Amino acid sequence: MKKMNELTVSVVPCSANPIQFDDSKCIGCNTCARTCHGDVLLPSTEQGKHPIVAWPGECWYCGACVLECPVEGAIRLEHPLMNRTKFVDAIPEPAAE
Amino acid sequence: MSEIKWPYANEFGQEEKAECDVLVLGAGMAGCFAAIAAARRGQKVIVVEKGATVRSGAAGTGFDHWESACTNPSSRVTAKEIAEAYVDEQDHLSNGIAHYICCEEGWDRLVDLEEMGCKIRDTEDEFKGADFRDEETKLLFAYDYYSRFTLRVWGKGFKPALLKEMKKLGVKIYDHTEATALLTTEAGGKKRGVGAIGMDTHTGKIRIFHAKATVLTMSRPARLWLFNADLPGLCEFRPFNSIGSGHSMGWRAGMEFTMMEKSVRAEFSAAGSSFPPYSAGNNHNTWYACTMVDSRGVEIPYLDRDGNVLKTVKERYFPVKGQKFFLKGGVIDEPKYEYRGPETMSFDELMKRGYKLPFYADMSRMPEMERKAMWGLMIGNEGKTAVPVYDYYNKRGFDPSKKAMQVYGTGWTSASFSADERQLFGAPGGIMHDWDLKTNIDGIYAGGDQLFGSDCAGQASATGYYAGRKASAYADTVALEDYDRQQVDDEIERLYAPMYVEEGYSWKELNWAIAKCMKNYCGAIKNEALLVQGLDLLNTYRTEIVPKLSCHNTHELVRTHEVLDILNVAEMILEACRMRKSSSKTLCFERSDYPEVDPPEDHHFITIRQENGKAVRGDVELDYFGDLKTEYDKRNQDYINGGKK
Repeated sequence: MKKMNELTVSVVPCSANPIQFDDSKCIGCNTCARTCHGDVLLPSTEQGKHPIVAWPGECWYCGACVLECPVEGAIRLEHPLMNRTKFVDAIPEPAAE
Repeated sequence: MSEIKWPYANEFGQEEKAECDVLVLGAGMAGCFAAIAAARRGQKVIVVEKGATVRSGAAGTGFDHWESACTNPSSRVTAKEIAEAYVDEQDHLSNGIAHYICCEEGWDRLVDLEEMGCKIRDTEDEFKGADFRDEETKLLFAYDYYSRFTLRVWGKGFKPALLKEMKKLGVKIYDHTEATALLTTEAGGKKRGVGAIGMDTHTGKIRIFHAKATVLTMSRPARLWLFNADLPGLCEFRPFNSIGSGHSMGWRAGMEFTMMEKSVRAEFSAAGSSFPPYSAGNNHNTWYACTMVDSRGVEIPYLDRDGNVLKTVKERYFPVKGQKFFLKGGVIDEPKYEYRGPETMSFDELMKRGYKLPFYADMSRMPEMERKAMWGLMIGNEGKTAVPVYDYYNKRGFDPSKKAMQVYGTGWTSASFSADERQLFGAPGGIMHDWDLKTNIDGIYAGGDQLFGSDCAGQASATGYYAGRKASAYADTVALEDYDRQQVDDEIERLYAPMYVEEGYSWKELNWAIAKCMKNYCGAIKNEALLVQGLDLLNTYRTEIVPKLSCHNTHELVRTHEVLDILNVAEMILEACRMRKSSSKTLCFERSDYPEVDPPEDHHFITIRQENGKAVRGDVELDYFGDLKTEYDKRNQDYINGGKK
């Protein structure tokens, strides 16, 4: 029963950094932590501070946290480097032979 | 890593009891509509959601096209025509009931959404004059612009509106609560559902929901073959939460399933094997029918179903002469000839003809209206695209009028999975049900992706609402039946067990082991010896590893419960695979020891349920649901004559 009396948690790091907060914009309302379906965020216990991305590897990259955030630009979603789709300038149609 | 103070209350060992008429488990599109249907009928309704209802579920952050809204005022097809086409297309191994409900009532749910303030038509005339717009109704169509049964919609706003409506109707919503087990009793010699048990995902408090009727809308299993411990959130297409806990609960309670032997080669995931859904260049689903070019800039030809090259973009969106409609979208990708629409030349043929890789999706060559509809309306509203695709790539400088998005892999899938890496996708197996969407257990109904052979938000919404109606009708006829306290005590013991293990296995280690087991013993080609080996291995996990699972907080505990559910579902799938002693093209099911494909004696539904720890087989004839329109009409006069609410 010891563990039930003393719940412990630490950030479980992964190779990616999916959710990034802008400290100058975040008001620490924890709406994102309440919204995330995967529960990857822990609300900050410090008044006004942004939540903690405790389980970044479990992010589904849906953007619900960004959609529900009351301050535009306070949260940024970033894909893992390997998942950034490549795009190019549209290639002109070759001249008819 | 340094320890963080656990920010939630610790409520382990505490219990909360709640009573209702209709209990809904899972608050995606299906669950929300089930709750609304029941609340409109005066029922006391409780909804249980593991995430947060405002954005939970596969369509939580949006969706862009609503399939089979056949009764919309601009439609040129009937519900009967399209539902029967879906059934025929899948060689009758298809859920005719769910398809018919979707075709007949899907439009009614869109009207509901519009009344809740959602946008379902081009009210601002942004697409005035487009080939896919009806000027009178301002509805926009996708895929088949002639028959007009799939609508382009602004789905990003739907979930918050549904939440508001549920609150308005007095539905009691328990967010951050995982439903873990069904409560059942014996009544009149039959098993009957009397509610469910759940746990608060933040505090560990146990919740006991006592109900007259229960609706299961908990999506479908995942993470069975696909797992990655570094980025587990990207293993699958559906939300990380949607892993088949509803199936597992049903299986443990003796619920009947069908088509669980069906799985397809994985197509969608992003943990290294593909890209964020709908971001890579392709010409399917949301991107249909994008102009594709090769690396020299040579356009890739679109062909009609007879192989004739189409000269204009517009032609890609119309059936050929003599064909009334074509099927395209999330449910059906490459239909049989009768229902086939325009498609690009096959990849192999393009290689033979010297087209050069890589290919690109190039919207800059499309008419402006098509481009705006694709990169804007659709990619701005499809399931998880608004932020991770539309906003993300716009900010990185993607301009669809000037840039082209690369296609990866071979063909259009933009994915590189082996044949042994599989998913439950493309109308997979699920709960077997009758015309009331009732399961084999009295008082328990189902909707959405949890039904067998079901896909997409339109079908989820329509079947969810329908299940909510039928559950309400049932609740009106019964009293609240007692539950057995022993069931609750046993479940609490099961749920809390990993908290008593000081050091042991993590959920990730077991999930990865199950996924490897499935790849090795239940991959692309099955046979009896391997399936038995797979079951044996899973059994060693159950007896030797499960008692050693260890957690330190409720978050880990919820993930662990999910893996226990994955273990149950994996066993169900292996047993279902053993039952079908032939191969089946329709079910994407190949057995090396029974190579005969779809022999007539096996061409029917095989059902599976658990009784006293053993898998029990049933056989159900194709088309068990009868003539779709006749049977629907017979059972739904109250709805038809009651304003379709």
